Amino acid sequence: MASRQFATFEVADQLFGVEVHTVQEVLSYNEYTPVPLAPPAVGGLFNLRGQVIAAVDLRVQLGLVRKALQGPVMNVILRGDGEPVSLVVDKIGEVVDLDEATFEPPPDTLSGPTRELVVGTFKLDGRLMLALDVNQAVDTHRATT
Amino acid sequence: MEDLGEIVGEFLMESHENLDQIDRDLVDLEQEPNSRDLISRIFRAIHTIKGTSGFLAFTRLETLAHAGESLLSKLRDGVMPVTPSTITTLLATIDGVRSILASIEENSNEGDVDIESIIAQVHAQMNAGAEPAAAAPAAEPAEAAEAAPEAEAEAPEPIAETPVRPAPEPVENQRKPVGEILVESGAAQPADVSSALQQQIEGDERKLGTILLDEGKAQPAAVNEALQQQAPKRSIADSAIRVDVDLLDTLMNMVGELVLARNQLVRGVMEIGDATLVRSAQRLGMITSELQEGIMKTRMQPIEHIWSKLPRVVRDLSNSLGKKVELVMEGKETELDRSLLEAVKDPLTHLVRNAVDHGIEDPERRAAAGKGPEGTLTLRAYHEGGHVAVEVADDGAGLNVERIAQKAVENGLLRAEQIPNMDKRDIMAMVFQPGFSTAAKVTNVSGRGVGMDVVKTNIENIGGAVSVDSTPGEGTVWRLTIPLTLAIIQALTVDCGDQRYVVPQVAVLELVFIDGQSTKIEYASGAPVYRLRGKLLPLVRLDKALGFEVAGDQGVYIMVLQADGRRFGLVVDRVLNTEEVVVKALNSRLKDIGLYAGATILGDGKVGLILDVSSLARRSHLAADAERKGMDSSSRAAGAAGTGERLLVTAVGERRVAIPLDTVTRLEEFPRDRIEHAGSREVVQYRGQILPLVRLSHLLGAYGEEPEGDTVSVVVYSEGGRSVALVVDRIVDIAENSTTARRDAEEDGLVGTAVIQQRVTELLDVRRAILAADPNFYTDLENDEMLVEA
Repeated sequence: MASRQFATFEVADQLFGVEVHTVQEVLSYNEYTPVPLAPPAVGGLFNLRGQVIAAVDLRVQLGLVRKALQGPVMNVILRGDGEPVSLVVDKIGEVVDLDEATFEPPPDTLSGPTRELVVGTFKLDGRLMLALDVNQAVDTHRATT
Repeated sequence: MEDLGEIVGEFLMESHENLDQIDRDLVDLEQEPNSRDLISRIFRAIHTIKGTSGFLAFTRLETLAHAGESLLSKLRDGVMPVTPSTITTLLATIDGVRSILASIEENSNEGDVDIESIIAQVHAQMNAGAEPAAAAPAAEPAEAAEAAPEAEAEAPEPIAETPVRPAPEPVENQRKPVGEILVESGAAQPADVSSALQQQIEGDERKLGTILLDEGKAQPAAVNEALQQQAPKRSIADSAIRVDVDLLDTLMNMVGELVLARNQLVRGVMEIGDATLVRSAQRLGMITSELQEGIMKTRMQPIEHIWSKLPRVVRDLSNSLGKKVELVMEGKETELDRSLLEAVKDPLTHLVRNAVDHGIEDPERRAAAGKGPEGTLTLRAYHEGGHVAVEVADDGAGLNVERIAQKAVENGLLRAEQIPNMDKRDIMAMVFQPGFSTAAKVTNVSGRGVGMDVVKTNIENIGGAVSVDSTPGEGTVWRLTIPLTLAIIQALTVDCGDQRYVVPQVAVLELVFIDGQSTKIEYASGAPVYRLRGKLLPLVRLDKALGFEVAGDQGVYIMVLQADGRRFGLVVDRVLNTEEVVVKALNSRLKDIGLYAGATILGDGKVGLILDVSSLARRSHLAADAERKGMDSSSRAAGAAGTGERLLVTAVGERRVAIPLDTVTRLEEFPRDRIEHAGSREVVQYRGQILPLVRLSHLLGAYGEEPEGDTVSVVVYSEGGRSVALVVDRIVDIAENSTTARRDAEEDGLVGTAVIQQRVTELLDVRRAILAADPNFYTDLENDEMLVEA
């Protein structure tokens, strides 16, 4: 069975993961420029080595209350489709090698906004990791009400 | 074929340039059918294409070029006269060549372009032309014979003809010893030259020419001439190279980054305040500015590049419409960034087609209107305050304002009762609205899917503006205002709430400080307005537009902005400074909001949003009708005003001091701690320059309390690359000085006093104030000018 590498991170105590090749870099940043009238999931803009990056608040995407962008906040910067985009998360986890055998579709009991973002569940030792659909996760035009 | 890739690429590029030139020359030739020069030039260009295509085994291309060449040789030898129909045939041939080239570029083969019918057309033309040719008076055998050597090149074996360029001159001709040249021209005797050479060998370090001159053996003029002859001529191939545009774009981006890094560095260094570091930072700043300018220059191209296709467009179109149009081009050397040129090309072509189709009348109607049968279409390009203006002017019938108004009402763009109060130009601007057309019938020209609204959108997308003005019976002028470059813009940074925003300076007309007493915001049934020189200016509150809580009306600034031909005031908390910012594309997620034109990295490294002024204007128009009415009257007022001198009124101590607005380059706010001392003078660093400050309060002896706050307001005056700043306590207003109550003041530094806005205001002697700040301001300027003239 093939194995896949996932970069993991936590949001609201839940472990999520995205495939490593979709990640450009991970960094902590503490100055964000808010964008008035932007979709609620857009936390702000920041300057990554001269490039303007939009930070998407994963909490909002998951239907939770938005995170106050004060002090250092962890960003998972995804390569995105032509333009990098950042996911704001609570805590960065490690990179894990996961066997396809540990993969299962999302449980039927999972519902709400999270269900749309998650493509499957990986059973890790002692906890579950939800694999995110990268495109859905950064799509700020999803109905987030 | 693989090995030939590069050669073919070069051939394509060269041929495209040649074809554009041929197009232009053919259209010119139609105007002056007897120009041997033009015919020879066209002939040579086609001949080059033919030769190279033969060499590269593009046989169809070669055959076609050969046919065109044969027809041209008949014209050149005077066997056939130049007629509009021969020109049409030749243009068709050129189009054929172009299609084959396009096919080679795309598929690396010649494709199945129908050259046979073009060749048949050429032959028909040659046969038809043969008979009248005998009687053609235009043919002058003597001149034809002069041009004859070219005809030999018409050999049927084109493969042998590749060396079409002149062989380079032998190297020894390029650099002969001066002595030899002098002797050959008889300007010096061989014996004198050899004795001078002998002296050199013996240790005389003077130059040969100098020795001869000193000893009176040669005339200065002759030596000069010899030296000039000796200097190697720089061929075009040495002085210009082709550079990949992508490389330039990359360089441009990197310079953009460098500008940002410099801004950050300068800010940091200022805080540290180390003198050596400050100097280094200033130097870095200067070098960066020059580098930026240099790189921008490499991307500049004369507007001629896009104009060159227009004579052909005008010719074809006017012929098909049965109109006579003369195309005049002024300022074709005006340069623009190449990416902008590309963006302007289609809108401009559309305006030209439109002017020929709808603007200029047919000869009968022109005659009826008492005009000459031939219409004139003028393309004009010139620089204007950091922008390039491009005008398309025709001398046709002009726009029908009533019709436009009527149509606008029919389309629901305007209400009938609005019309009488509207300015003529505002009504005309309706033609830029989507779906607007007054054309009675849709011709193949206007039905091409590019409307005036697309012209407007395209030009606005690159940060430009488009406007129209027209006089019935006399013509119409379409005017495009285009920024010089896209990547870096002048912008004002403003504060709103606790955030900083960026407003492109193009849109800013003036700034007004609202203190709540002498200047204040008023409300017309809830809609905020400001009395700007007696007329109501509708206001848009930035905080409200951005969805923030609305702050107070005192201690705020109004930026008077112009967008979409309308004026409005944007209320912001604070105006900080102007700077050059590098425009970054906005994340696609945020484009839909429509309020932002882009983003940029500010001097402190944070991201700033660039406001889209026209969308702010549109939003505010939707918001309230009351604003719209105010808008119309204010823009009308702007048109009617301008009779008197416009003055910037400032407060200095207890006094009001007015400065003529046309001497004001910019208004700035400097933090107090940025003011440094150089000798006894106060200076401030400003855009990589050292800007001398003069406090008007000291100059005029107006001692009052120093105003509080950590910034000072200054009025910057620039001329010839030099600037000085006049420090005032605050900027009060801008006023029109039409009053006559003016008397000459005896006081130093003033030219007089006047009553402005019911208050006695002193008029500043600007020249004196500037000299107080920088005594050498004018002298150096004059010296510079003299140098330029010499």
